[in-house]
Amino acid sequence: MLDTVLFVVFPYVAVALAVAVGLLRYYKDRFSFSSQSSEFLEKRELFWGSVPWHYGVVIILIAHLLAFLFPGLWGALVADPIRLYTLEIIGLALALLTIVGMVMLIARRIQRPRVFSVTTTLDWVLLVTLLAQVVLGFWVALMFRWGSDWYIRTAVPWLRSLVLLQPDIRFITALPWIVKLHMLGGFVLVALFPFTRLVHIFTVPVTYLWRPYQVVIWNRRPGPSGRRS
Amino acid sequence: MDIRAQASMVFHLDKCIGCHTCSLACKNIWTDRKGAEYMWWNNVETKPGTGYPTLWEDQDKYRGGWDVVNEGGQLRPKLKLQGRFGALANIFYNPYLPSVDDYYEPWTYDYANLLDAPESDDQPTARAVSQITGKYIDTIEAGPNWDDDLGGSTIYAANDPNLAGLSEEERAELAEIQRVAFFYLPRICNHCLNAGCVAACPAGAIYKRGEDGIVLISQEKCRGWRMCISGCPYKKVYYNWHTGKSEKCILCYPRVESGQPPACFHSCVGRIRYFGVLLYDADRITEAISVPNQNLVEAHRSIIQDPFDPAIIRAARDRGISDAMIDAAQKSPVYKFVKLWKLGLPLHAEFRTLPMLFYVPPMLPVLARVTREGRYEVAGAADNSLAPLLSSLDKARVPIRYMANLFAAGNEEIVAEVYRKLIAVRLYNRAQQVGDVSADEMQRALETGRTTAEEAAAIFRLTSRPTYQERFVIPPIHREEAIAQTIDPYKERSETGFGLTEAPSRRW
Repeated sequence: MLDTVLFVVFPYVAVALAVAVGLLRYYKDRFSFSSQSSEFLEKRELFWGSVPWHYGVVIILIAHLLAFLFPGLWGALVADPIRLYTLEIIGLALALLTIVGMVMLIARRIQRPRVFSVTTTLDWVLLVTLLAQVVLGFWVALMFRWGSDWYIRTAVPWLRSLVLLQPDIRFITALPWIVKLHMLGGFVLVALFPFTRLVHIFTVPVTYLWRPYQVVIWNRRPGPSGRRS
Repeated sequence: MDIRAQASMVFHLDKCIGCHTCSLACKNIWTDRKGAEYMWWNNVETKPGTGYPTLWEDQDKYRGGWDVVNEGGQLRPKLKLQGRFGALANIFYNPYLPSVDDYYEPWTYDYANLLDAPESDDQPTARAVSQITGKYIDTIEAGPNWDDDLGGSTIYAANDPNLAGLSEEERAELAEIQRVAFFYLPRICNHCLNAGCVAACPAGAIYKRGEDGIVLISQEKCRGWRMCISGCPYKKVYYNWHTGKSEKCILCYPRVESGQPPACFHSCVGRIRYFGVLLYDADRITEAISVPNQNLVEAHRSIIQDPFDPAIIRAARDRGISDAMIDAAQKSPVYKFVKLWKLGLPLHAEFRTLPMLFYVPPMLPVLARVTREGRYEVAGAADNSLAPLLSSLDKARVPIRYMANLFAAGNEEIVAEVYRKLIAVRLYNRAQQVGDVSADEMQRALETGRTTAEEAAAIFRLTSRPTYQERFVIPPIHREEAIAQTIDPYKERSETGFGLTEAPSRRW
């Protein structure tokens, strides 16, 4: 029963919150969409926290996503022991990087009065949740080996069943509680997403790669013809 | 040809008395808010000096503006900060971002203690309190205009990047107590044609208004990636640490749209500021910045178009520029100073952003004394048998090299031309007012300054005795046609200045 609440009901609630509140916030209070960078107030320690954290977590998240989207290909990839070992070692190293980065970021926010003063309660909740999530992930990867292999036979079918609106938790009920906690943590973050600065994930400025350098906006487009940049 | 209109400015530095009234007018209207306390959209610096934020002109440190790279003999502009992938790679940490300490930590005073302090043997004091942390600051280490009037030492002036290329001797002379000289440099956003901030913004939140060229940051699109702060070589984009958004001078567009000059212009005590429209050819922007440093000022002047030329007027109308705007361009004092008289120079043309705020450089203080005959004589003037003021160029206490680094990308001849003309205007006027300059001498001065009696008279008139209407020719923006129709007036009335209906502060 508890499993159903945590791994069926809660994920749907979290995603519904993320979408509904996220959209509401985007259309009603777009001003609030910001990375809320604190680099201006403190630079040196931010470098040692932010860079390892972001690069580590982005790559790890992409790996989680790829395995979920293409379980067949991923399965073929990890079928070879050498590739599996390589992947696991890279994963562990990246997880370590995220932990070090997040510990740095939290320590910085506690120790530097300027940064402390721009940290809200929800910021603290988010930071601690993120740290817990990456520590759990690291722990799972270390203690329950070859996660990149069993992930596609446990979490992926469960997530897939959620996406297909035919929730089926049989794939994960037997997993150790610590693994379940990591899965739960993922959806806690999804639920936190629309209420916190996490929304900056969805505004990654990829359009910068191709947009023209100069931007000109006309209140009323003048002239009968011609290009307007 | 793509003719566009640009709200442009001239600051006549000879008239600036360094009173900071402009800065305060701006601060009271726009940046008296949490997160913006340290911002001075308008600030006045003492030169030589390191400015605000400190050493902003040092682009090896801050990477603002554009470089040119030589591609097979062809110069091409390149954003100095980083490439497009670099912007995404550096988004988690911008190595070139100035921190609050490069400006100063804003503070207030604990005034309440003066009234509420318990009885004691000592007078209560109002200690400084940080406006960021709310904690006491024991020692204030920097503040706005910390090096105002050289800050009482040689330290700040000695670090001025514009001193590059000056000999040790010249530098030592500048600091010598009896020769020491300085002048004021008021700065606001230049509303550049090839803005570095616009180009550097990953989110595409910064834009130029097509109608009048004012550069603005959409507060709703800004995501706080903070590349604009680095991209602007003038450091005129500021990061609001409270809202997580960048902000900058908006050229008081709500005032301009209702026919008033920006607050800093309006409040200027020395009346150094001129506001007007320039017509320019947007198709030639890239061409104008793809030239060697020596030619940058000339190239900049060349894309500014003659608003009286029928062909230009036709091209402007074709682009939808209203007759009222063309009329404003014809009356523009900026056009006269910059294009007609060639007295207005862009600040640091080598940044290649095509700034549209121009400076008339200050007349360099000269070593002079009053002779027995009652004439104002420059030391050594008799040696080269020049009119006293005419020889002052070489005797200037601030070397011409310094001015050239500041206003002409190192091209000394351009600056010297401006000074010769300014000196000619002075001599011409002295001949008119005092009458102790011989006709011969005056003629020679006019020739050296490449000007005429009529032009000199016109320059004098617009410099010293312009009316309010002559200084500020505000282009009619036809807001009622262009904007008002698309915005609910009740919503507009409740907007808070950034196009938002709620106060710009952090709510999530």
